[in-house]
Amino acid sequence: MTERRHLQTDVLVIGSGGAGMSAAIAAADGGARVLLADRSLIGRAGATVMAMMTVAVAVGEETPDDWRFHYRDTLTAGRGLCDPRLARLLCEEGPDCIRQLDAWGVGWARKDGRIAQAHAPGHDRPRCVYVDFLNTGPAVSKTLRTALHKRERVRRIGDLMILDLVRAGSAPDAPVTGAVALDVTTGAAVTIAAKVSIIATGGLTRLYARNSASGNMGGDGYAIALRAGAKLIDMEFVQFFPIGHLAPRMIGMDPIMWDPFRYKLGGRLLNGNMEEFTGRYGTKEDGKYVITRDTATYAILQEVAAGRGSPHGGAYLSFMHIPAEQLQAAFGPVIERLAANGIDLNRQPVEVAPIAHYHMGGIAVDEWMATGVPQLLAAGEAVGGANGANRLSGNAITEALVFGRRAGRTALQLLDCDAAFNAPDAAAGLAMLEAAGPSARDINPAPLVFELQSLMWRDVGPFRTEAGLTDALERIGELEERMGDRPVGVPAAFDLARLDWLDLRNMLLVARAVAAAALARTESRGAHQRDDYAGLSQDWTRNQIVSLEHGKPVITQGPLIPAQEAAA
Amino acid sequence: MRQTARLTVERRDSSGGLKLESFDVPFEPGQSVLDGLRWIRVHADPTLAFRYSCLNANACKECMMEVDGEVAYACLSRLEPREMRLAPLHNKPLVRDLVTEIAPPTERLAGKRK
Repeated sequence: MTERRHLQTDVLVIGSGGAGMSAAIAAADGGARVLLADRSLIGRAGATVMAMMTVAVAVGEETPDDWRFHYRDTLTAGRGLCDPRLARLLCEEGPDCIRQLDAWGVGWARKDGRIAQAHAPGHDRPRCVYVDFLNTGPAVSKTLRTALHKRERVRRIGDLMILDLVRAGSAPDAPVTGAVALDVTTGAAVTIAAKVSIIATGGLTRLYARNSASGNMGGDGYAIALRAGAKLIDMEFVQFFPIGHLAPRMIGMDPIMWDPFRYKLGGRLLNGNMEEFTGRYGTKEDGKYVITRDTATYAILQEVAAGRGSPHGGAYLSFMHIPAEQLQAAFGPVIERLAANGIDLNRQPVEVAPIAHYHMGGIAVDEWMATGVPQLLAAGEAVGGANGANRLSGNAITEALVFGRRAGRTALQLLDCDAAFNAPDAAAGLAMLEAAGPSARDINPAPLVFELQSLMWRDVGPFRTEAGLTDALERIGELEERMGDRPVGVPAAFDLARLDWLDLRNMLLVARAVAAAALARTESRGAHQRDDYAGLSQDWTRNQIVSLEHGKPVITQGPLIPAQEAAA
Repeated sequence: MRQTARLTVERRDSSGGLKLESFDVPFEPGQSVLDGLRWIRVHADPTLAFRYSCLNANACKECMMEVDGEVAYACLSRLEPREMRLAPLHNKPLVRDLVTEIAPPTERLAGKRK
């Protein structure tokens, strides 16, 4: 077997999306040595690179703006559940991070020399900066990667999957001293000693059959945090992006690609009878794009349930009423990419349907990104609370940049720590990574992952009932039994079956947290819609907290949150 | 009758021995080669190794391999109802099956690999 390696650093950053890269840059600029680890390639996986267009930020270049207006809109969209400290941080520091990227040459789209800002649903004015044509995420990732390369204190290691954090002993306040990791390229275990660890692993969209984010976003950061003693918040709030591409099938296009064109052109959302329908659900569009994500998801799925869906079970999105020249100007080179897939928007609508897109919930932190477990921070989508029950368009990248930078800076304050990494504390993680398990031909984790995704989509998706959620929890338990307690196979190079098993271990724990929180919340609010409890209940204006007890997630309810009104 | 695509994969494990293996994948118009590879992992052989992250969005650029002898992204290559030959990049160090070391040496644990 390949020998076990040991690495040492001041700050371990787990995940190299927008939040992780921002954290690494901030910590290095403050003088810390950083190890930036990603289970995939550095700066290429995760959600940031897949952002199609909008980054919401009150830079006020097209229209006068102030972070307080952005803050007010964020609280409103969150349906009363936002953590005001986190929402405020996002809105207040967003402009600075966006200007920093501008100075690094990200290439925000400009009109007459000013940064162009699109008007996205839920915002009171044009507020979303972007890089044209569908290049926001790739441009942001590339800019951050380039900034990282200039910082010699950051060691970047891809193909390094963090299995679990290591704590100094088992006391409730034991600090995190590092991690146990898997070198994916060899299958060997790796230990990492770190004075501070930052979880920046993104969300959990891989739990769902239809999803719009990277295949490696299976909620591993949530599972790692829970097992390290941290708490999760708002886990029942999974954002479904209403107009994910459904048909005809395309290759080489992100399923959320239609949103930017709705900002620019409006477009018409039609049911299977080619009728506009969102007015029935409280938001008449009249050719503009004004409907929020939670309402649109609800409206489309209600039409499908009533037998008025499009042929593949969604809605039509049509740009046919828009003159060809205007389409060409808005879509630019994307027109040719669509033509290669046999799609001509002048002549045909496309079909769209909700798709798992983002997680509002996540690791509970304060405004310093501290989890409450000593020496453990979190950042980006992995953090819960900033967006409450529903996230505004454009807040995710802003959150990644702002929270990442904040976590990196907080880490600098925590470097003076006495706790040291001790090998015995890593024993359980090492035993799992080095165990020999049953053959992957006997227990193939890939179809088990597929089963989990299907049941999550059906019973813990955009519509939920007590019966469905109870059934989902039972079947999650069955999957836990079927997968067993040792990873399949033996340590080997790039063993996807073994990796799937390790992922499934995390996915099942997180799925259980989402389903249990959804079952406990007996109301409908934002992205959490219960068929058996219609409408919002004032008494449920509270967060739910998840902690781990004897290996299982336990849900508790927080105090009533007073009405949230931002002074603007 | 349903059409199938036959993916013939050049596989090598750590011992370096080459093995050609063919998998018949149910074909639907509009699928990518990456869709076919993912189907194989669920239904036929969970051990088949290839890199991917973003799932057909042309964003992560990880699924680079040789498709019918040409360097291509699996997610941008259309699956076709015929035999298609898949191989790892020949100018990069092999890790396993279709996986090669495509990250710069400074972003690997081992640094430059042997």
